[in-house]
Amino acid sequence: MELTQNYIEPQPLLKTLSWVDWAYALLLLFGGVFAFSRYGAYMDAYEKSFLLGAVAGFSWLGWFWKPVRPLLVGIAALSLFGISQYHGDLASVDHAFFLKFFVGSQTAIMWMNVLFVLAMLTYWGATFSRSMFVGKVATGLTWSAVLMGFTGLMVRWYESYLISPDVGHIPISNLYEVFILFCLITSLLYLYYEGRFNTRQLGGFVLLVVNAGVGFILWYTFDRQASGIQPLVPALQSYWMKIHVPANFIGYGSFSLAAMVGSAYLLSQRGILTSRLPALEVLDDLMYKVIAIGFAFFTIATILGAMWAAEAWGGYWSWDPKETWALIVWLNYAAWLHLRLVKGLRGTVLAWWALIGLLVTTFAFLGVNMFLSGLHSYGQL
Amino acid sequence: MKNHTHSRLREIYDLLSSMRFAVSLLTVLGIASIIGTVLKQNEPYPNYIIQFGQFWFSAFEKLGLYDVYHSGWFIVILAFLVISTALCVYRNTPLMLREIRSWREHATEKSLRLFSHQAEYATTLTKEESLPKLQGFLTAHGFRFKTVDREAGDVLIAAKAGAYQRLGYILTHAAIIVICIGGLIDGNLPFKFQEIMGWKKIETRDLAADKVPAISRLPVNNLSFRGNITIPEGSQGDVVFLRMRDGYLVQELPFAIALKKFRIEHYPTGQPKSFESDVAILDPDRKEPFNATISVNHPLIYKGVAIYQSDFQDGGSSLSFDGWQLASAEARPFKVDGKVNGTVTLTTSGAPLTVELDDFRLFNVLNLSSDGKGKPHNVGPSVTFKVRDAQGQAHEYLNYMQPMQLDGRTYFVSGMRGSPSESFRYLRIPADEDVSIQGYMQWHALMSDPAKAPILAKRLADKVLQGEAGAEAMRPKFINSVQQLLGLFAKGGFNAVADFIEKSVPANEREKAAQTYIRILENVAFEAYGMSREADGKPAPKTDEATLAFIRDSLNSASDVFFYGSPFFLQLTSFEHRQASGFQLTRSPGKNLVYGGSILLVLGIFAMFYVRERRVWLLVKPGTQRVLFAMSSARKSRDFDAEFERFKGRLQQLMQQ
Ligand code: HEM
Repeated sequence: MELTQNYIEPQPLLKTLSWVDWAYALLLLFGGVFAFSRYGAYMDAYEKSFLLGAVAGFSWLGWFWKPVRPLLVGIAALSLFGISQYHGDLASVDHAFFLKFFVGSQTAIMWMNVLFVLAMLTYWGATFSRSMFVGKVATGLTWSAVLMGFTGLMVRWYESYLISPDVGHIPISNLYEVFILFCLITSLLYLYYEGRFNTRQLGGFVLLVVNAGVGFILWYTFDRQASGIQPLVPALQSYWMKIHVPANFIGYGSFSLAAMVGSAYLLSQRGILTSRLPALEVLDDLMYKVIAIGFAFFTIATILGAMWAAEAWGGYWSWDPKETWALIVWLNYAAWLHLRLVKGLRGTVLAWWALIGLLVTTFAFLGVNMFLSGLHSYGQL
Repeated sequence: MKNHTHSRLREIYDLLSSMRFAVSLLTVLGIASIIGTVLKQNEPYPNYIIQFGQFWFSAFEKLGLYDVYHSGWFIVILAFLVISTALCVYRNTPLMLREIRSWREHATEKSLRLFSHQAEYATTLTKEESLPKLQGFLTAHGFRFKTVDREAGDVLIAAKAGAYQRLGYILTHAAIIVICIGGLIDGNLPFKFQEIMGWKKIETRDLAADKVPAISRLPVNNLSFRGNITIPEGSQGDVVFLRMRDGYLVQELPFAIALKKFRIEHYPTGQPKSFESDVAILDPDRKEPFNATISVNHPLIYKGVAIYQSDFQDGGSSLSFDGWQLASAEARPFKVDGKVNGTVTLTTSGAPLTVELDDFRLFNVLNLSSDGKGKPHNVGPSVTFKVRDAQGQAHEYLNYMQPMQLDGRTYFVSGMRGSPSESFRYLRIPADEDVSIQGYMQWHALMSDPAKAPILAKRLADKVLQGEAGAEAMRPKFINSVQQLLGLFAKGGFNAVADFIEKSVPANEREKAAQTYIRILENVAFEAYGMSREADGKPAPKTDEATLAFIRDSLNSASDVFFYGSPFFLQLTSFEHRQASGFQLTRSPGKNLVYGGSILLVLGIFAMFYVRERRVWLLVKPGTQRVLFAMSSARKSRDFDAEFERFKGRLQQLMQQ
């Protein structure tokens, strides 16, 4: 009865904070104040509230999920280091040593790609060898990939301003950039649940879908030469973009994660890898939790999208293919949740459904851009 | 009888409010939505006829597939969804509210013992000792409770946490109703109704706004609309057009919009950065017009009407051209003046031809590098026009005003196509050393002039045969064949020459003959260039690589002219730019309902997922010195099992101390 021995009465979050937590929050606050004192004159009301919100939001996130603290500090340190190496000149990427091989935005993103591939192999190694140590290495690799990926995005953000101040924008505005975001968010969601439920055996599965994203990034970079920074077309110059896109990708990331958990469930149920995977109930529960998060964020993202559309196109809902497919994805997971919560359905059917849901989601995310035309393809204004 | 109808109604009510029915509706809605994304919506009807043929076109039109989301049956599905969800909420809400309020303090010992999650402890504590401990435990875990005395001195603590989870259900489902109603108000439901009643009708003819009859006009007080208007600079408009199926309606506005200026700004890289319109709003209720600037993502909202920047086009720019004859020996250009969206009739080349000026663009950002990897840049203005003959046949042209750098050389470029479904094929006319089109055109005139052929042949003969042995004997033959070659080329370019070789030269000598002919053509073309420059009082052309390249390009160009489809070339010489800005205007009173509903939806979803409803019963039985613990949740989950285990262990400890 280990549980009873170590029982702690529940306490509000604020009372559980250690000095490290406070130091972390203080550091964020310091960063926020510094940014404000230096750039406040260039910010409008939105930007000021974003800054304040970021300090509060990331403090809370770090308190709630402790590993975010070192991650955030690491991203900040690496990004600032990278930025300092440019000396205000975009061409530095080609000759400054650290930029060329380590923290230049394209290089950092390449490191992310490499680390994700290694992490996937290591996770599978851990699953087959049943080695705790190898598993820890895999987790470490995934964290490093996330660190490098975010650093790459931050530095890219800075780079965009070096091209020209009016070109500068947050790097979540084209397929290349959002694929990076997708890999990072999916991995972070997974890492959270890995920490919470000790489900390291799932890493190999989840990193499969992340590495599909990596494959796309590589293809986009090398085959399509589409990794360059493009200025924003007028329709994208909006605050809504900055929240609509990340919210959407928390949705997409969750649904992908759920699909991979679903596939693990189906394999395990057929006796494949059963002894190496978490128990079926754990997988089932995880699948539900992830879809619930995804559904909530996807709902928010769709609503934000509607508000943005109202501002940019003159109507909150135009039955544009992207919008319509977002609705279909949403209906799909609403049905999934109904069956589980209302009818009490569990297990195989839902696992299959989550897996097929990934196809629907992928079509909404990629297929619509590739096969259907509409306002979201930014063909016109 | 009465009973019978009553049970019938009851059945319908049960069906409509059932989840089965709702889920079926949602499935149908999903599938219907997919149709609308696969089949491009609201295209001009002729496009559909081309795509499907007449039979399927009519069939699909009857089904409303060209505007699925506004078709009658789609709206019926939505309406049923609203009704079904409303009934469902109506049916479940009272139950749920009762649930939320209830403590369930009447649970009997017997029923508690039947719970799947329950435990029993022996304790030495008295009732007075254990009750505060248990209540403290519950409070610490966020439970609210009610303590009731039971028979034989027993005490029951009935506790609950997360009761508001149920509120989540009410909020989400009410939200869906609210959002759908908002959407239906802003959709074209009111018009649909008026159309069915025969009060309104869509207009399919191409009429000016003020000629559209009243039956196709919607009054200022129309509840909701979404339409477009294009206003040229310096003009104004007070109606918008609502596109509908294969026609339109005219919506009157409570004010007029005048466009003063439309602006496009560009990034240093050439891509557009902003589209902005300076407008004045002229409202009969105001003495003075007021000015505003509308840009993408920054609409103007006035009198409940939102005005958005949506697109732009040419608003009738004035254009001047030099017209160069391609099929005659005329070496001087004629002047052509016109306006975009207007037509000019030309009779200079025999049969009258109509030039329809379609569009003018000030900026064209193109990527001209041969591997496509270079940077795109602005190549300056372009004009598109059609040249139509008396039979109505037309070719479409895309001409750039300034010459372009292509493969390291400078050309005037004109695209041509026979129909909109083709892509443009380009005629490249080399620029002369003054970067002008004149050098080529005058050369072309000379080359096309049969009267000049003997002179050219003689000039060439003088040059080539100079100082050669037997030259005099060869001379007439040489002149003759050069003249013949010039004649061939003037009739059909390289193709005519090739045909001639095919016909008159044995197969094994053709290659050689072709090379010889091309060399002669190049030489005679050079002579022609020299002659045309002399006529202009310009110095003789240099004999360098650049001139040779110019001559070769000129020959290619002259040869391609036979496929150009127009007897003249229009070179844009000056323009006065006038733009038109496209606005979308909407009145959408349902928007607030939709946004309000959205907030309810988000609140509801979080309540449903993240508020966990649990109930705990603690029955303290001093008589037998026992405590019974039972726990339940509407939603069984692993978290719930784990929590139960934790509680069980902790209560065990509490009851021991
Ligand atoms: C697309 C829209 C819908 C969404 C997102 C949605 C979402 C949900 C969710 C998540 C639940 C679980 C509530 C819980 O167990 O606590 C639920 C329950 C339920 N839904 Fe829906 N729903 C939708 C439409 C409908 C419609 C149209 C109907 C009915 C006609 C309906 C009927 C029900 C019923 C009866 C329950 C059971 C409530 C209970 O007993 O807890 N839903 N809904």
